[in-house]
Amino acid sequence: MSNPLTPGIAAGRLSADEIAENFADLHAPLDMHEARVAADRCYFCYDAPCVTACPTEIDIPLFIRQIANGQPESAGRTILNQNILGGMCARVCPTEDLCEGACVREAAEGKPVQIGRLQRHATDSVMARQGHPFDRAPATGKRVAVVGAGPAGLACAHRLAMRGHDIVLYDAKDKPGGLNEFGIAAYKSTDDFAAREVDWLCQIGGIELKPGHALGRDITLDGLKAEFDAVFVGVGLGGVNDLDAPGAERDGVQDAVGFIAALRQADDLTKLPVGRNVVVIGGGMTAVDASVQSKLLGAENVTIAYRRGKDRMGASEFEQDLATSKGVRIICNAQPVAIHGNGAAAEIELEYTADDGSGLKGTGETLRLPADQVFKAIGQTLTFEGLALDGRKIAVTGAGRTSVEGVWAGGDCTPGDDLTVVAVAEGRDAAEDIHATLMGVAAPETGAVIGEAARA
Amino acid sequence: MADLTTDFVGIKSPNPFWLASAPPTDKEYNVRRAFEAGWGGVVWKTLGAEGPPVVNVNGPRYGAIWGADRRLLGLNNIELITDRPLEVNLEEMARVKSDYPDRALIASIMVPCEESAWKAILPRVMETGADGIELNFGCPHGMAERGMGSAVGQVPEYIEMVTRWCKQYYDRPVIVKLTPNITDIRKPAQAAKNGGADAVSLINTINSITSVNLDTMSPEPSIDGKGSHGGYCGPAVKPIAMNMVAEIARDPETHGLPISGIGGITTWRDAAEFMSLGAGNVQVCTAAMTYGFRIVEEMKAGLSAWMDEKGYASVAEVVGRAVPNVTDWQYLNLNYVTKARISQDDCIKCGRCFAACEDTSHQAIAMSPDRTFTVIDEECVACNLCVDVCPVENCITMEELPKGAVDPRTGKTVGDYANWTTHPNNPAAQAAE
Repeated sequence: MSNPLTPGIAAGRLSADEIAENFADLHAPLDMHEARVAADRCYFCYDAPCVTACPTEIDIPLFIRQIANGQPESAGRTILNQNILGGMCARVCPTEDLCEGACVREAAEGKPVQIGRLQRHATDSVMARQGHPFDRAPATGKRVAVVGAGPAGLACAHRLAMRGHDIVLYDAKDKPGGLNEFGIAAYKSTDDFAAREVDWLCQIGGIELKPGHALGRDITLDGLKAEFDAVFVGVGLGGVNDLDAPGAERDGVQDAVGFIAALRQADDLTKLPVGRNVVVIGGGMTAVDASVQSKLLGAENVTIAYRRGKDRMGASEFEQDLATSKGVRIICNAQPVAIHGNGAAAEIELEYTADDGSGLKGTGETLRLPADQVFKAIGQTLTFEGLALDGRKIAVTGAGRTSVEGVWAGGDCTPGDDLTVVAVAEGRDAAEDIHATLMGVAAPETGAVIGEAARA
Repeated sequence: MADLTTDFVGIKSPNPFWLASAPPTDKEYNVRRAFEAGWGGVVWKTLGAEGPPVVNVNGPRYGAIWGADRRLLGLNNIELITDRPLEVNLEEMARVKSDYPDRALIASIMVPCEESAWKAILPRVMETGADGIELNFGCPHGMAERGMGSAVGQVPEYIEMVTRWCKQYYDRPVIVKLTPNITDIRKPAQAAKNGGADAVSLINTINSITSVNLDTMSPEPSIDGKGSHGGYCGPAVKPIAMNMVAEIARDPETHGLPISGIGGITTWRDAAEFMSLGAGNVQVCTAAMTYGFRIVEEMKAGLSAWMDEKGYASVAEVVGRAVPNVTDWQYLNLNYVTKARISQDDCIKCGRCFAACEDTSHQAIAMSPDRTFTVIDEECVACNLCVDVCPVENCITMEELPKGAVDPRTGKTVGDYANWTTHPNNPAAQAAE
């Protein structure tokens, strides 16, 4: 049995009980009483700022009022109408940057209505009952290929199935869910929620799931275009950026994405090895997820090293606070210059940075940290070819139309914030556009309709 | 420190806060604890005639409505008068009064509307040393079905008659407790005065059904699937009670008749408001039932601090101060023009003022794309709805247009006081003299 002080990379640093406690639900669900109390605080704002701040424009005041008045399942439907992955979004959305950040009670008292947790209460209520709450429109005879069973693909497939189309949903991995399944910290998606949500979503019918089909390996865009009436590409970002520093090839240096995925898929976390001294390179959500989970697995020292200032970190303030509260040290303005060791990594050398306005530069001053495990969390890249790009992502116009007619795209592989909720909105809106195009009808309104007139 | 000592129709108490006749005052144990907690007086739970006492239901006695955070706003009850033997109550009252001679102890009484019944009970109450009696002509449930309580209070002739008997057979102060379940509260007050009452107390509870169980289709509180209307009380009834108090205070026929104010009093401010409208003291029940006896501490300290701040040396100086300002609509100044003003510093941009004005009122608030809300003076009729729906106190205020200014809505210059009685649109208008 190892412990947090065991040198090197080792499994079983903590007992099974400690691991279970560490990886329990980050935000336990609100019970009925808590939900009523939390819902009481909503002011039912006009043209509510929280709705505007939500990429899927969920009618938040309405669903909270439904909870307050004793109908959490109706509240759940209000959410799922706009966002079929409302359950996952309730768990992973950076609400402090979105709905809760815009809440007028944040302005009034520094304490927003707990929109995320109320959303979870409502969506849990709906999903706990038997049966799927949406019906399919009469069959249209149209077939659509959706490539990528992550948030964008799932949202797209569900909306298309609801409109009466038949969907084949491909995914390169052997399991659907995309980042919901492989890329989110375990304490945000407990009890196999990602997989349960996919099963629940597919209960609408008309979605044929084909895992183990990678675009470019098992299927091609041309082949799909020939076989289907339309194609949606939601393949995410399959590659990871490499670390350009001497020693980056040493044992113990690995992708944070791979570590997070392995952790999510592990049956027994006491068997998952982690370093005694872990350093995570990067400043986004992936860096936080990797660092916090390393700590929760029993690493003694975990450090996030980010090359820019704190204000530039991609991870939200809540995530940063979460990391530090778990004992993770965050070093800003420091970039890796070398990884030292005798074979395997043993130390990382960081150089402080400064930006005098002409770009980020090393100051020449360095520090060394023990590091037997180094996680790279410095961004993911698109690994797909065949569509025109906008920078390093697939170029789209309107509701996800790509450079190729009949092919739509959305999610992390297209421009915009790499958030689950953004991917859902893009998948949903592309689905409506595909439906409108295939059927020769006007695309239905998907955004919130309240307040439109006032904003116009 | 302001003097909270109160002399109400000759009954002295160290402060104006009495506990109303109700469940909290049903027995010696409670009343002793109330006095220890600092209450100035107690109106003992209503006594009935000698003989087997009334019985209460054995299921729930209360129903309620709540505000945000389940704050109790209104309570209703179907409890009857004391269900303990008369003798037990009288013995306890005598003991408590002798142990707390400085506190007011009032006996509430409800016996059949027959002279003999009153004649029989009054001497026995007298023996307890109680400071006075309160005639329960208000209880609206149960006892009213038997010709007592509000069944008496709704017939001014009965009020006068019974009051007269009491004054005849009892030589201490007689307070008549009025029911609000009547069209014009001035009539029973006049009757009480005519019968010789020393004071009236009001309001008793209001007929109410607080909720319906939608599964069983039974009103609450439900007794085996059936419900009966109860008596409504608590903060929700305060506005109704204050209007009735003021009506009696400003009616020439009853002006000056001492009033004990009752109805939703929860804080020192509530008490001060009742007293300003003419109540010589106040009686509290629901607030004590909700929070316990200790609330009286805040009430006493708050009233005293406010009186000090305002320079009122005694409770008597407060009583009736607002009565001259209670008037009829026809005398309100139609040349008093105000406009809503929204403090942008305080605004949290919820937009409730906009929704209220735009959807339901005068379209007098503009909303910019960045959610800045401003009042359109040309449309603002000064209704105050925006102030009332705004969640931030004092964020929206009403600003008075000075005399000589032009109201952008009407294009008219703000002039001197003028009311409906002289307004040209009034068919019955008389030329101003």
